[in-house]
Amino acid sequence: MPGGWIEAGRAPAFSVKAGQKAMPVNSSDGDPEKARRFRDAALPHLDDVYTLARYLLRDAADAEDAVQECYLRALRHFDSYRGPAMKPWLFAILRNVCRAEFARRASSPTAPIDDVPDDAEQTPLWHEAQETPEAQMLHRWDSTTIGRLVAALAEPFRETLVLREIHDLSYREIADIVGAPVGTVMSRLARARAMLRSAWMAEEEQPK
Amino acid sequence: MTCDEAEILLHALIDGELDAGHARAVEDHIAGCPRCAAQLRAYRELSKAVAGADLRYAAPPELRRRIEASLPQARVPNRRAVLKGFAFGSAVSAIAATGLVAIILRSDDEARIESEVVSAHLRSLQAGHLTDVLSTDQHTVKPWFNGKLDVAPPVIDLTAQGFTLIGGRLDYVDTRPIGAIVYRRRAHVINLFVAQTASAERRAAKIETIQGFNIRRWSERGLNYWAVSDLAADELAEFGDKFEAAMKTGTAG
Repeated sequence: MPGGWIEAGRAPAFSVKAGQKAMPVNSSDGDPEKARRFRDAALPHLDDVYTLARYLLRDAADAEDAVQECYLRALRHFDSYRGPAMKPWLFAILRNVCRAEFARRASSPTAPIDDVPDDAEQTPLWHEAQETPEAQMLHRWDSTTIGRLVAALAEPFRETLVLREIHDLSYREIADIVGAPVGTVMSRLARARAMLRSAWMAEEEQPK
Repeated sequence: MTCDEAEILLHALIDGELDAGHARAVEDHIAGCPRCAAQLRAYRELSKAVAGADLRYAAPPELRRRIEASLPQARVPNRRAVLKGFAFGSAVSAIAATGLVAIILRSDDEARIESEVVSAHLRSLQAGHLTDVLSTDQHTVKPWFNGKLDVAPPVIDLTAQGFTLIGGRLDYVDTRPIGAIVYRRRAHVINLFVAQTASAERRAAKIETIQGFNIRRWSERGLNYWAVSDLAADELAEFGDKFEAAMKTGTAG
């Protein structure tokens, strides 16, 4: 898939530094015509961007800040936006914003970061599912419970699952957003669903 | 195809991501493997349940409003436009023109410094650049500035008022070293820049927005202050009010 923004998902092209470079010259950002085009293209995705931010950051206030920063950066880089689709482009920017927030949380002793073992992707797929009765039907949880189970997944599995199941993106689009090969997306998704399924079934054993 | 391969690929099958050849291969395997067939059923059911659940969030109206407000639209005409408009206004006398130009240039200068202040704020947000001295204790932060600046910036702990002092930093604005006192409110960083000014006159606070950042600027007792943050204007105003109130009661460290 062509498009300059794909690389941006990997490299810190949307970092604060890039913003700072664009900072003193605000002439193009002040163009009302550009702002109008940006508004028409980007604002319809606000709920989607906010939803992803909620699942990535798991904090309503942080999500709001990240989304606002995402839109600021998107406007700043709107001139270089070449498609293919606005939503994945915004997601890629949001993801970079969130990574800055993760770095901040990691360096702040008061805010413990989500525990992500480095070798999480190297460990073999979970096999608990094998031991459960194969014909077992899944309990029908309500949306609140499902949302809680999804939010409890570790990164990067949560991110992949949310992009696939909630935002209905293709593997290719997810790969471009997270800057990983399609094969990695596929294995992360497989693991995400295995984790979710385990948590799903464990939920029934929880005392109410 | 092995079960290990099928275990991954069945997800791609569920998601409709396999080409016909691979889809056929997975289906062939599943036809002869009850365990993988059960997995496929279970994950299909799981995926359907997740996709069918209402897991989306609606962006708060306040967030939408904030983003709308940060987009350039009904901006006041910039100073150059004012100047240009003026140049065509032939009815105005040359003397009046001189005075007006002087005022405009002065505000242009201010605008440039404010823009530099925002740049300094942005620089500070990069990892490792926020503070040179990291302390929530005003009696640690204040002496740190000694000998580094020609002024002693007042350092006030506003933690009780909801603004946590997190440290101090030496920065450069308008080619001169400037003291920055760093506060945090929730996830928002506030940089309070303090510089000496020749004029001892008190200037009331004024809030401006540059690049989506709010700046509250005021002058008091020979010092110029710029508080910069991505905080909402009303919260930044609250910060400035509390800082000024604390200065009046003399709680500076």
